[in-house]
Amino acid sequence: MVKRQKLALPLGVAISLVALAGCSSAPEPAADVTLSVQDYFSGDGAAIADEVYNACAAEVGVKIDVTHAPSDGYQTKLLQQISSRTLPDVAMVEGAQVPNNAQTGAYAVLTDYGIDGAGIPDGALGYGKLDGKLYAIAPVVNSIALFYRTDLLEAAGLTPPTTWDELMADAAALTKGDQYGFAFSAPATNEGTWQYLPFLWSNGGDETDIQSPQAAEALQYLTDMVKKGYVSQSVLTWGQNDLTEQFVAGNAAMMINGPWIFSALAKAPDLKWGTVSIPTPDGGPTVAPLGGEAFTLPLNADADRMKISAKLLGCIVGPEGQKGFAKNGSGVPTISDVATEALATYPNLAAFAETIQTARSRTEKLGVDWPNTSIAIYTAIQLALTGQETPEKALEIGAQEIGKG
Amino acid sequence: MSSLSGASISRRRGNANVRSERRFVWLMLAPALLYVAGFFAYPIVKNVVMGFQDYSITTFYTGEAPWVGLANYAQVFASRVFSVAVVNTAVFTVVSISLQFAIGLALAVFFHRKFPLSVALRSLLLLPWLLPLLASTAVWRWILDQDSGILNQALGFFHLTSSAIPWLSSPSFAMISLIAVKVWVAVPFNLAILYGGLQGIPGELYEAASIDGASPGQAFRFITLPLLRPVIGVVIVLGIIYTLESLDIILGLTGGGPANSTDTLSTLSYLESFERYSFGTGAAISNIIIVVSMIFTFIYLRIDRRPAQ
Repeated sequence: MVKRQKLALPLGVAISLVALAGCSSAPEPAADVTLSVQDYFSGDGAAIADEVYNACAAEVGVKIDVTHAPSDGYQTKLLQQISSRTLPDVAMVEGAQVPNNAQTGAYAVLTDYGIDGAGIPDGALGYGKLDGKLYAIAPVVNSIALFYRTDLLEAAGLTPPTTWDELMADAAALTKGDQYGFAFSAPATNEGTWQYLPFLWSNGGDETDIQSPQAAEALQYLTDMVKKGYVSQSVLTWGQNDLTEQFVAGNAAMMINGPWIFSALAKAPDLKWGTVSIPTPDGGPTVAPLGGEAFTLPLNADADRMKISAKLLGCIVGPEGQKGFAKNGSGVPTISDVATEALATYPNLAAFAETIQTARSRTEKLGVDWPNTSIAIYTAIQLALTGQETPEKALEIGAQEIGKG
Repeated sequence: MSSLSGASISRRRGNANVRSERRFVWLMLAPALLYVAGFFAYPIVKNVVMGFQDYSITTFYTGEAPWVGLANYAQVFASRVFSVAVVNTAVFTVVSISLQFAIGLALAVFFHRKFPLSVALRSLLLLPWLLPLLASTAVWRWILDQDSGILNQALGFFHLTSSAIPWLSSPSFAMISLIAVKVWVAVPFNLAILYGGLQGIPGELYEAASIDGASPGQAFRFITLPLLRPVIGVVIVLGIIYTLESLDIILGLTGGGPANSTDTLSTLSYLESFERYSFGTGAAISNIIIVVSMIFTFIYLRIDRRPAQ
């Protein structure tokens, strides 16, 4: 009939077009593959990352498409990509988020693809593990240390503190006028937890039991600093970037911060500063948290494509990639040999390299339960520092909320 | 076929016309209906369902979200932060709506009279609403800083306060600061809509009132307010809904702190979903926000149906 004939031609054309399209999806030779790489670096960090990516792309023989997504809401973006199966070929994940991401099952176990993190000590390697399986490797890691004004300490006749008592005494001596002796970050975000951890861990406390006396002592120490006026109450609102501004402006003589601020400090060339490991109760080794970004290999239905992506990832987190990422001294390479080289080039990293030797991964023990504990800790810090609760009671309230998470 | 009279033929053709017209109407409505179903109805339904599920980060990959019934709601209602957040939300909403409406109305009446530069000034007053919240909250954080913020510096310079006020670092003051910034952002919105409403009131009414010997206050009470009622209704209900869902301004200014003093239902929902990865409880809290918003919307619709006197 007329109607059927009218349909036949367009239908036939459509079917043949679909068939032709099917033909063109045959596997392409490696040189034509464009792999996607995604991170949240910006400014100088992005430029350094691009150099590493391009060098590795040339070595592996692929083209790459790099996306520097905004760091705000980066994890949400990853969630969207996980759900729509559109994760890039190589994805950067912030260290503390690795367990939660790995748990989704969207990422490959790196050892299955020949990437085993050779030359990286266990502590730094544990940073990218969940349940003993390696899902991510961080090319460089960082931690936090005590920054101090060398001129102000000299003028007051002080040496850089190594114990809690010394730190408190130095902070007292350096608090005058508009200048506070000490500053740390204690906002209602994970940054607050991050800066409390060296005090918790160096005192023998543990994140698995935040109601221990050691945890309360550490929180009491920080609360006393604020109560006595050596630390501004505004630390309840300051992130680590705000600390840098206060330090540069001369409003804080000492602060706790990390090597990523070196380029910001370089913009104030007249500022005389130095770094030392964060003081501990008795002067023993500092136990600080590990920080930094790790790279993962999202699962892909195309097995050949994954093999090539694995090669690219291996280069990015390998010795050459690590040298590239350590370029402006903003982090310590995880491969020990590469780290020693970096230290020779960037002596300012000395305090951080020392700290990283004994540093711990935040998610090592708690894995996917870390976010709940992190929230509990910064809730407790805020309750204690505002004077609303004693440190013990504050930690008790925080601990109650972990169970409900 | 039975014999067809002229009347029945035209009736048949009439029915056919009506049917094809109705089909045409549905065809024209279809794109809009699909859009509403996809971008409004679906997310709301999905959110309601999520409130009854154990929706975790793994669900994003596997799609599995076990049904837990009312467990999420029970957990939410039992938590310490929830009761704090409910009180904060109520205080934040009531106080900021009252202030932004009163100031907006006062400014609208002020600008009703034309004076030189009134147009320029009114445009300038729109700025707080137009600025991106992330930028304005960052600046407000600097202004309100306890030690180096310019507000405390100015207050100290004029000897209005004896010591620096902890605008953002004390639980007692943080909510006040948040309300102040929220009012600053929202007054332009109230001003613009109320001003438009005032323009719609015929000037002759005011002339007639002044001839009858009414004072400006009486004119305001008996002419302006009643005739402005529909506009007032819109402004207040929209204001309540916007305030209930404000998240950027709180996260940017205080992050919900210090010590949960500026945590509201919306920040709590965000915390549950995107920091704890407990999307089920986050959805439960946001459903509560939706229900409260709907209650206010119904109240508005009831009030609006009453004829203006």
